[in-house]
Parts: sequence; C-alpha cells; structure tokens
Amino acid sequence: MSEIDSESNESPAVLRPEVPRTELSQGFWDAIEKGELAFQRCAACQRLRHYPQPLCPECHSGESDWQTVEGLGRIYSYTVAHRAFHPAWTDHVPYVIATIELDCGVRMVCDLLDVDPDTIEIDQRVQARFQELPGQGVMPRFEVID
Amino acid sequence: MSPLPSLSGQAAIIGVGQTPFTRGTDCSTLELHLQAALEAIKDAGLTPADIDGVMPNELAGTIAEDFILNLGLPALAFSSTIRTGGASFVSAIQSAALAVAGGVAKNVLLVAGRRGYSAQRVSLTSEGAIAPHPVMRHMDEFERPFGNTVASQWFAQAARRHMHEFGTTSEDFGRIAVAIRGHANLNPRALMFEKTMTLEQHQASAFIADPLRLFDCSLETDGATAIVISSVERARDAKKVGVPILGVGEGHGSPPTSITQKRDFTRIEGLEVAGERAYAMAGLGPDDMDAAQIYDGFSWIVLASLEALGFCPRGEGGAFVRDGRISLGGALPVNTSGGLLSEGHCSGANLVSEAVRQLRREVEAERQIADCERIIVTGEGDFHEGAALILGRSA
Repeated sequence: MSEIDSESNESPAVLRPEVPRTELSQGFWDAIEKGELAFQRCAACQRLRHYPQPLCPECHSGESDWQTVEGLGRIYSYTVAHRAFHPAWTDHVPYVIATIELDCGVRMVCDLLDVDPDTIEIDQRVQARFQELPGQGVMPRFEVID
Repeated sequence: MSPLPSLSGQAAIIGVGQTPFTRGTDCSTLELHLQAALEAIKDAGLTPADIDGVMPNELAGTIAEDFILNLGLPALAFSSTIRTGGASFVSAIQSAALAVAGGVAKNVLLVAGRRGYSAQRVSLTSEGAIAPHPVMRHMDEFERPFGNTVASQWFAQAARRHMHEFGTTSEDFGRIAVAIRGHANLNPRALMFEKTMTLEQHQASAFIADPLRLFDCSLETDGATAIVISSVERARDAKKVGVPILGVGEGHGSPPTSITQKRDFTRIEGLEVAGERAYAMAGLGPDDMDAAQIYDGFSWIVLASLEALGFCPRGEGGAFVRDGRISLGGALPVNTSGGLLSEGHCSGANLVSEAVRQLRREVEAERQIADCERIIVTGEGDFHEGAALILGRSA
C-alpha cells in the first residue's frame, strides 16, 4: 500500500473524461483507492489479465480473484502529444502518453505530466504512485525512476 | 464430403459511384451516401429496384432503412453492417460476395464515407466526433482518462515502438506521404490535387503525436463512395469491364479492444491473417500484385501493412519505401489516387473505387498503371483489425 498524494496541479474546472467503472473492474479501482495495483487473476490457471473480462482467454474459467502486484515496470512505448484532443490536457501539451509494462507482465497506459518529454525513452524504469485527481478520486500515476 | 466451392471469382464489383471530396458541404451524410449510391447503381447498368442487398457503413451511422426509404428498394433480401472501423468496407465486400455467391442477394450496394470535415472532425475534439462504439469500452475506462484520446496517439505508440525495434525513421514515414501526395497531384478528384509535398516539407510539418506529424495523418474531408457487387455472370452482361473478386479475407487481432495490450503492437496482425486468407483464396502471392491500395489512416500503417502483406520482411518496411518503389512507375505503386492521406478520407472506400477504375482503365493517362491485372486493397480499423481484397480484370 502506498501513500496517496492529495495534491494535484490539475484544474478542477476542466475534468478528465470520467472513468466508466464497471462491476467487472471494481476490484482494480478498489485497490487504486487504497494505493495498490491489483489485477484480475484466473483462479484456475493463475494467469493475470488486464483489462478486466469475464473469462480467462487461456482456460476459460470464469473464476478470478484480485492479485496485488509491485508497481514497478518500464516504458514499453510512448508518444508525445503536441495537440490536446480533450480540454483536460490543453494546458499540458506537449505531454507524454506512455504504455507501461509492469514487471508482472501486465500493461497500463498513463499520461506523464511532470516530465520533460525530451528525456523519455523506451525501457526507462518507472514506478507507480497514486494521486487524488479532481473529480476522479484516486488514480494511478507513474514516475520515471532512472 | 466434397470440398466447399471457393469464393474466388464468383462475385464482381460492377458499379462505382462517388461524390467529390470537399472541405465543407451543404449535404447531410445520408444525402452524400444517396448521391454516391445512385451513381454506382447507374454505373452498374442497374436501377434501384435491382438492389436487393445493402451494407451501410458503421462509421457513417446510416442504416439499411435509410436506403429502403430513399431509393424505394422493393425487395431487400440482405442487409448487414460490419463493425471493424476502417476495415469495415473491405470486410463488407467479403460478406457481400458471400451473399451473392450463396444466392441470398443478386446485387448488393455498399456505401461509406463521413462528413469528416463538416461534422465528425476528429482534429478538433475527441468528444463526440465519432459515434461511440461498443469496441471502445476498454479505451474509455483505461486509456482515455489517461490522455490517450484519439487514433493519432494510439498509432503513434505503435510507430514509436517500430522505430525502436527496427530503426525505422520519420523520413521513412515521410517518403510514404510524399509518394502518395505525388499520386494525388495527378488526380483531379484528390483534395490535394494542386498541393505538392516534398520530404523537407514533411519533416517541417508539426508533430501531432510524436513521431506522427501533420503530414503523416489522413485528411478530414466530406464525401461518400458506393459500389455494387453482383455475380460474375451478371458482370459479364454489364457494359463495363468486370472486376472479379479473386480473393478476400478479414482478420482480427487479439486482444481486439486496444493496441497497447497487444503483445507485439508493431504488427498489424489482423491484416497479416486477412492477407494470407486473400492470397490463399486467389491462389496468388505478393509478387503477383501490380499495385496496392493500402488503408492509410496514418503513414505508419502503410509501412506496417507492406510488412503484414509480405511485400517485405518484418521490420524492413522503411527500406522498402526508400527508393521510389511505391510510386507510379515503381515496382509496386501504392495508393495511386492519393489515398486517405491526400485524396480524401472516405473510410477506405476510395481505395476500392481506385482499384476498380485502374483495372477498368478509367483513370487519367498519366496515372494509369499500364497493363495492371491484379490489385490488392486493404482496410485497417479499430485496433489492428484487417481486411484484404484482391481484385482482377475479366478477359
């Protein structure tokens, strides 16, 4: 469990698109609220999966639980967005959108707003942190650690 | 049990219709579709009463009922809509060919195209520019709230990874954009007919989602394209040269709901599978193709599609496009109309119409591929879904 950062430089006036949480993904978001990353794990074959879905695509078991993992990983790929297509990012361009590959193998997407885009490279190590964002509750964030 | 008959050579495209590609229109999307449809039906030598199958396009939001109402279709026997975004139009050709070959319908009308400039303009906003699709539910929950809001950003990450693994460069993307622009400069229908582009201009164009620049992105245009698919027997009765469907296939990557979740997102795996299926059906391979009309929503998609279709090995798309090979006069002319990058974004349907016109010898002399007999056409949509079509020319 990590500390949750309640300070944010994001404007409460222009909110990010709302997360349409579902019953299926509740375990993921509940963990985020506690400052943890947890992914769906097949109860039969132990395979981790993300994004949440009813059946394991390997063994087709419908039973799953939530496995907490370390928030360490690397940048698998990224883009530097020079244009915002949603007002929540207008004041942040250019900003980095990264695909993070966690050490457990699961991938997540996250915007990195507090970095110089010119310093970002594929394979850089990153660590998860947790931040309360306006209108969103706690959201997973990532920071470069090398 | 005897083997099923092959679909190859059973159906043909017998009519093509198209509105101009514009920035701005007084017409509704449906009105554009109806204009293109009437032209295609006339081009096929038919009347609307002959149309007994309709396949509206997902991205336009039109429905079969619109065509029944406005064209007065008396006896519609088949209607279906494919939901693979930009791959939908070519995938729909597979379904239409099946319907015709199976005797369910005689003449199937396919129509696509959006008001990409006047109504559904993605460069201005990610909100409501395109109607929400069920396939977006994972994006909406796990990527959009993290700033990954539009297609240029999704494909930029695939392009970036391709550069990382294979040494592909922005200049390689530029050579694709410049070659295709050169073709548009020979095509009076193309929105970019009068605007030339050099590699230097490409490299000076602003980043939208690095590594994708403005000139790596397809156009925002208003317009529609329609085709009519019938049996090859009917095609023989038509006044124009028949364009038989020699091979067609669709493919679906996995997982199909996000690019970033694919194990290797530098591969357009849906198109790899689609291409293999189309080649196998036609009994042909990449060396047999005289040209390729490749879905070019972004320049990188062309490069990765050349790899997916076996025109060059994986990772060598950059080298493949470096020496003029994909320009008219080269070994494999690509997107001879100007494609989505420089003619107009008609949800990929204008790539099909261009292939038909080339095979019928109907394009301007300086743009005509001499003696072309076989052209491959692709669609790419959503998250690396693919469709491939091999068209021929009746003797």
